[in-house]
Amino acid sequence: MAAAASMMPYFAQQISSKNDLVPDWMGQEVSTGTTIMAVEYDGGVVIGADSRTTTGAYIANRVTDKLTPIHDRIFCCRSGSAADTQAIADVVTYQLGFHSIELDEPPLVETAANLFKASCYRYREELSAGILVAGWDRRKGGQVYCVPIGGMMVRQPVSIGGSGSSYIYGFMDSNYKPDLTKDQCLDLTAAALSLAMERDGSSGGVIRLASISESGVERKVILGNQLPKYSTH
Amino acid sequence: MLHSVKPCEQQTGGGFCFENSRRNAVLESSLSEFGYKAPSARKTGTTIAGVVYKDGVVLGADTRATDDMVVADKNCMKIHYIAPKIYCCGAGVAADAEITTQIMASNVELHMLNTGRPPLVAMVTRQLKQMLFRYQGHVGSSLIVGGVDVTGAHLYSVYPHGSYDKLPFVTMGSGASAAISVFEDRFKPNMELNEAKQLVQNAIAAGIFCDLGSGSNVDLCVITEAGVEYLRGYDKPTMKGQRAGQYRYKPGTTAVLTKTVTPFSLDVVDESVQIMDTE
Repeated sequence: MAAAASMMPYFAQQISSKNDLVPDWMGQEVSTGTTIMAVEYDGGVVIGADSRTTTGAYIANRVTDKLTPIHDRIFCCRSGSAADTQAIADVVTYQLGFHSIELDEPPLVETAANLFKASCYRYREELSAGILVAGWDRRKGGQVYCVPIGGMMVRQPVSIGGSGSSYIYGFMDSNYKPDLTKDQCLDLTAAALSLAMERDGSSGGVIRLASISESGVERKVILGNQLPKYSTH
Repeated sequence: MLHSVKPCEQQTGGGFCFENSRRNAVLESSLSEFGYKAPSARKTGTTIAGVVYKDGVVLGADTRATDDMVVADKNCMKIHYIAPKIYCCGAGVAADAEITTQIMASNVELHMLNTGRPPLVAMVTRQLKQMLFRYQGHVGSSLIVGGVDVTGAHLYSVYPHGSYDKLPFVTMGSGASAAISVFEDRFKPNMELNEAKQLVQNAIAAGIFCDLGSGSNVDLCVITEAGVEYLRGYDKPTMKGQRAGQYRYKPGTTAVLTKTVTPFSLDVVDESVQIMDTE
């Protein structure tokens, strides 16, 4: 990473070691920690995320909404630096809105994903952003595109991201099957996120779910005490 | 360090050149080798908080500004004016918070004249976060923006790197942990004015007592549709208390029964002068 990023950790250590009045987490950037997930089904997509934003060991926001609308039927799931992903999402929302007006029709999910890829790849040295772009369009139906750190872009039927995703790769590999219904996707996403939130310190809070299809966007929140329960906890 | 004459031109693409930040970091490390300390920016320590209640928002702040371990200002103002019904509490580097809020106030005035409309809190937050993101966290100001506009009462917290959160209650600064614990325990949506003021005052007091970087008085700012009430010095929890009594007896406590005066005459035996060394 270039000058700006390499200086950040140096300053962070300076602030916390030289000044006792400033708590350790003040020098660190706000990160979304996170577990995010997106699944395609026939006729749409289901997306889900946890709700924890951290500055070091402090939870800055315990009810974050990481499912950001980019257009009427296109959402993105944000992970990585909160500032970077919010800024990129704003830029892409503007670009896509402009493009859609020029086209005079709803934009394609692939277009949105490419716009994310363009920003994430061009500024790959300065940014720390892992994004899942998911939505519905008339041409290809429900689609999920993964734009991880570094700026790659690839379409996947199901994709997970964020620090908590490491804990659920096994669960996903064994429990995902193609041709699931919308409700099965919602249950799978809720279960996976719940497991990840239990094991990853940087993920937690509530589960936010959304399902996007031709008819619109349905949002749901699963509160802490209603999370799916498992035998080990 | 001096081998490149124009280091900024080597920057890829556009954007800002942070070459001087790298120079500063190198200077700091070489200074500390000789035992010197580079001058550090004054931080406000700080506990700031905000709450959305039934009719608007209540913002609160302590009033201590610190220079490392010394209190530089016992009664500074941390709640800054942005627009007639939008105020901003600032934490982090004192100068950055002050200047950032002044720049925002100017921009908001210009925007109002341009659009012919009163400003939205969301607009102020957007301008703030776009500016802070541009400076990649080098502008060390953490802000709580709260106010009332045509769409209602809103409260945002903005971090130095440019991220923001929209919440019904927020705290920031070194005393944030102390203050948030009060909010997490007693916040309710749609509180009455007195309840809300009491809650914010308690949260700031928690920061004043439990955080070394915060102290002195509690300032409150109540913003509603009707207008703004800036309560400077709303509470002074660290004022010295009144002493209940004194150990020193008042003259006349003991009654004088008799008084005898005996003069004691002395002769001068020896006189000498010694000059004090006052250099």
